[in-house]
Amino acid sequence: MTAPFTGIDFYQLDELLTEEERAVRDTVRDWVSRRFMPVIEQHNRAGTFPDHLIPEMAEMGLLGAPIQGYDCAGMNATAYGLILQELERGDSGLRSFASVQTSLCMWPIWTYGTEDQKQKWLPPMARGKKLGCFGLTEPDHGSNPGGMITRAKRKGGKWVLNGAKMWITNATVADIAVVWAKDDEDQIRGYLVEKGTPGFTSRETKNKWSLRASITGELIFSDCAIPEDCVFPDVKGLKGPLSCLTQARYGIAWGAIGAAMACYDSSVNYAKTRIQFDRPIGAFQLNQEKLAYMLTEITKGQCLCLRLAQLKDQKKLKPEQVSLAKRNNVEIALNIARLARDLHGANGIIDEYPVIRHMMNLESVKTYEGTHDIHTLVLGQAATGLAAYT
Amino acid sequence: MNIVVCVKRVPDSSARIKVGADNRTIDPAGVEYVLNPYDEFAVEEALKIKEKAGAGEVTILALGGPESAETIRKGLAMGADKGIHLKEGTTGRDFIATAQAIAAELKGRPLDLLLFGNKAIDDDGTQVAAMVATLLGLPFVGVITKLELNGRTATAHRPVEGGVEVVEVALPASFSAQKGLNEPRFASLKGIMAAKKKPLEEKPAAAGEPRMELVKLDNPPARPAPRIVGTGKDAVPALMKLLREEAKVI
Repeated sequence: MTAPFTGIDFYQLDELLTEEERAVRDTVRDWVSRRFMPVIEQHNRAGTFPDHLIPEMAEMGLLGAPIQGYDCAGMNATAYGLILQELERGDSGLRSFASVQTSLCMWPIWTYGTEDQKQKWLPPMARGKKLGCFGLTEPDHGSNPGGMITRAKRKGGKWVLNGAKMWITNATVADIAVVWAKDDEDQIRGYLVEKGTPGFTSRETKNKWSLRASITGELIFSDCAIPEDCVFPDVKGLKGPLSCLTQARYGIAWGAIGAAMACYDSSVNYAKTRIQFDRPIGAFQLNQEKLAYMLTEITKGQCLCLRLAQLKDQKKLKPEQVSLAKRNNVEIALNIARLARDLHGANGIIDEYPVIRHMMNLESVKTYEGTHDIHTLVLGQAATGLAAYT
Repeated sequence: MNIVVCVKRVPDSSARIKVGADNRTIDPAGVEYVLNPYDEFAVEEALKIKEKAGAGEVTILALGGPESAETIRKGLAMGADKGIHLKEGTTGRDFIATAQAIAAELKGRPLDLLLFGNKAIDDDGTQVAAMVATLLGLPFVGVITKLELNGRTATAHRPVEGGVEVVEVALPASFSAQKGLNEPRFASLKGIMAAKKKPLEEKPAAAGEPRMELVKLDNPPARPAPRIVGTGKDAVPALMKLLREEAKVI
């Protein structure tokens, strides 16, 4: 087996963390090493999520960690980022699970929900007793969510939903779906739809070659009637779902660094122990160049995340700043995973090493939560003031 | 039920250890320090006992430099109630002087259970626990894998060659934890945030009377290059001879 994971801190960024932040990071790192790593490959092969770990994650407070009150831990942005970094060091599917529950489901309920909605959902979600999912993307509306065709019509004191959502993490296991649909005034609003509501079904998307240890599926609404009070009362328009995505993308920027660190760690160990031509392959310049690239980009990505966390805690964070970090960190993580796969030679394609799993996962991470290209256009607009799309 | 758990800050087992310039201490640069894993078993056991009893207080005690406060807070984050930090400078002390300072602190304090890890993974000393217990006049059961309380009686299991020894002692008593005693919990986020607000008493460690001097730390000798003595069953006699005469392992 490979040596235990110890993290990468080339720029002594640990010195910028508080003792609590380091303790949180080290505890989650230890949990991932001891509890998650021994089971991830079998779940990745089977295409299943390790459900038995959900109570442990909840017990530690990893679900809804940045939320204040409602049985949540109320962590700052840095600590929350470090948690997601460590979870994705394990697997992008594990981080996705925490992100969806926390940033895409609990966060909108906490931010836009009524007090009754918060009381009803947040404490059981923090305890892992209730799972959530987030329905925005549709089969024909991915990068252009504003074009959605899912409708919520008012009828006899109820909202009646019709439409379908696709590529939804936790679709088939969620107890509650935060669903975005257009109302009679063509306004996008958020609705809380409970599992088991007549007219609401879900279907798992099988045969993925990426994020295999994460459940993905479709949500189908066919004359699905929900009570009138199951809507977020005040938020209207695309800013509702987009503000949730800003939260989740923030976490992805951190998480991608975790995946990259896992690939780098495995690469360094492999380069030092694999002997060819009577020398460790890490002594060869072409491999050193790969490792130097990985170390440099991970360090830069860590600096981006840490500054982003400061801005988030100071409530100065702009969505385009999150776009920059998500776009950059996922891209370099994917590059690092590919280089790691290369450096591991033939061993890089089997799951004795984590690199091929991270590499395939990161293809999804590059695409979801705003594709790489869409974030490029966000930054292009920030630079020029001109929108490349409307 | 008053439970005191003595803990030590040690280098992480995965750390690459370098001997410092003084040849007596290890170079702390780049080394991660953790709560000694055997002490973690002791902390977990204390918390379990308190939770089962529904009452009591768990105190974490450490002797060491300023950084040991962080190690104590790890125990507080797991759920212990308060900490005692016996501070000292950077010079290490021997086992008896360590035990004397801890015993001096604990003497006269209300105490039902005193728990230690079986050994610290840095020096593998295994001495301090028994010394403190002796200085305090407490019964001591070392290397335990099970602990049951029944009123003022404690029953401890300790593995011995080919079996288990079951020992019964009256409280107050002292024990040292072996792997297998329990599965230590992970600190929760709330526990970590609460740890800093829990009382942590700091005081200088009492001077002891050392009887040992650490003369020198050294790296293990470099391993000789591997040799292939032959292949297949023809090589077995030669291999046996080397294992017997050169390596002296059989």
